[in-house]
Amino acid sequence: MAVLTAPKIVSSRSEYTDSHSMSRYLATDGFTALRKALSMHPEAVATEVDSASLLGRGGAGFPAGRKWSMLRKAPVSYLVVNGDESEPATFKDHYLIEREPHQLVEGVTIAAYALQVSQAFIYIRGEFALGLERLQQAVNDAYEHGALGSDIFGSGFSLDIIVHPGAGAYICGEETALIEALEGKRGFPRIKPPYFPAAIGLYGQPTVVNNVETMANMPWIVNNGGAAFAALGQGRSTGTRLFALSGRVKNPGVYELEMVKNTFRDIIFDPALGGGIIGDKKIKAFIPGGVSAPWFTPEQLDIPLGLDEVAEQASMLGSGSIVVLDEDSCVVRAAWRITKFFSRESCGQCTPCREGSGWLERIMYRMEHGGGRREDLDLLLDLCDNIAPGLSWPPQQTTICVLGPSIPSSIHSAITNFRDDFIAHVDHNGCPHD
Amino acid sequence: MSYLRPDIRQRADELVALYPQKRSAMLPLLHLAQEQDGYLTDEGMAEVAELTGTSPAEVRGTASFYDMFHLEPVGKYVVGVCTNIACLLSGGEELLEHATKTLGCAVGGTSADGLFTLEETECLADCSVVPVVQVNHRFVRTTTPDALDALISDLRNGRRDDEIPPHGTLIRVRRNGGLRAPRAQVAAEREAAQTAREARAAKETK
Repeated sequence: MAVLTAPKIVSSRSEYTDSHSMSRYLATDGFTALRKALSMHPEAVATEVDSASLLGRGGAGFPAGRKWSMLRKAPVSYLVVNGDESEPATFKDHYLIEREPHQLVEGVTIAAYALQVSQAFIYIRGEFALGLERLQQAVNDAYEHGALGSDIFGSGFSLDIIVHPGAGAYICGEETALIEALEGKRGFPRIKPPYFPAAIGLYGQPTVVNNVETMANMPWIVNNGGAAFAALGQGRSTGTRLFALSGRVKNPGVYELEMVKNTFRDIIFDPALGGGIIGDKKIKAFIPGGVSAPWFTPEQLDIPLGLDEVAEQASMLGSGSIVVLDEDSCVVRAAWRITKFFSRESCGQCTPCREGSGWLERIMYRMEHGGGRREDLDLLLDLCDNIAPGLSWPPQQTTICVLGPSIPSSIHSAITNFRDDFIAHVDHNGCPHD
Repeated sequence: MSYLRPDIRQRADELVALYPQKRSAMLPLLHLAQEQDGYLTDEGMAEVAELTGTSPAEVRGTASFYDMFHLEPVGKYVVGVCTNIACLLSGGEELLEHATKTLGCAVGGTSADGLFTLEETECLADCSVVPVVQVNHRFVRTTTPDALDALISDLRNGRRDDEIPPHGTLIRVRRNGGLRAPRAQVAAEREAAQTAREARAAKETK
């Protein structure tokens, strides 16, 4: 049974159709956390966030407080918020931007105060036309309300927030590529070291890059205390998290759940959540944390939704998106489409990723559409091994950023778990599902 | 003489002034230039270069990296159908195939009447209403072939124009607030706060 007792921390206004309006926000405790934060010492606000042990909600799961501690001593610095949500089947930040834009603005302002930063940027995926409109409106409202701009609520603290539109590039979700895009360039990731944003970030200055959902947690943490947040969840995975459920389930959607207390089975099958598989078919496989993550099979349904719990099973909770494949779904087609995605989105700087993704895509294409050979299975695994040597998890790094080593996950998972499906494609000279 | 329309040029000037460095306005300016012409013209990119202190080659080189920018003319309505994983599992490819028939053009092509350009998109992050379709980057939440045909017929007759503005994403986004204090004043305030904090820290370590 699913555990649904935890408070809604970032989606508390989901029942209101006007949750994006300033009037609704003010009527539901809007900006009370910011007023409280501004009455505290900036260091005290940072300590509160530290004590929440909030892990970044973008995908890598780096502790937000630790990211901040590197920056607090820097003389000039920027806060950049990553809302370029592009990991396939991830749609939680889309929800927060469109439905809770003021909460995001308040969260960013609290974080900027803790960091003593006077310029923040919120980078929003360009395809979110409505999200851009609503977030800019929320920023405008905040200026009007005195919650943003010069001398916020008479505290002496000033902040400017620029809402920056992306223009369609998955790679810009990678923090250094995002910074390049923010500087008006092609989204090429920078090599680390030395270009760790905390050291050399936007305009060469120390920069903190945090995810939208991470920021959305700030008002609750300030109002209720870091300890209350840390009391939720288990182990390293504290608080609640937005899970985006999609694929062959009856009730796809975004669900805020307490970390670790629920399993994949709960979110996929509980009537209050995913409600089971469409047509009550059997589940064949599921992807636990975005398409970069290795797949899980039904035997792994009882793994709890926690970072370490999923990592122990050699995959990742990643961006918190879960895609469900049923018994009629073609795993070869799924793995081919995911590979095609990486091939299209590779920025082209590093050979293993640029060339490898294209080779893999072409072989997977012929496997799915006719012309596949039995020896292609070894060829695919060999190519995967060239991109991420050893095919271990987490993968070995052969490229500037993690896009390259993420490419093999789907093919490797599909061949390991469903070799017979590949053989059937070879024997059938194409997809037997067609 | 500005190539960009006066209203768009004014928005562009505001955006350039907003950023600490003017090249940072590159992506929003390209969005605006595209909104004027439907795609990025040589003249539009030349003006963006002038405004951002870059060369037309740098502007084109940047624009060509991003999927949303079109370097060739497109239809009044850019219809995007997602076929990435969540949509693939629920008929995204079939819906895209259907769209090619309704519009009479291939993926990436433009219909004979010049009204529609059809695109196969990557995940658009709206995976609970699948397959995802966008028109001019507005989510239309149209998931069946019949609904798509009705949508296209409505668009053809201009019945959805209130809700779906011309191609682009920034035309309805306008910043009307702003940092009321000059940037230099903010920097000075910040420095004073920093000095005070350091003094406090020094005291504490004593």
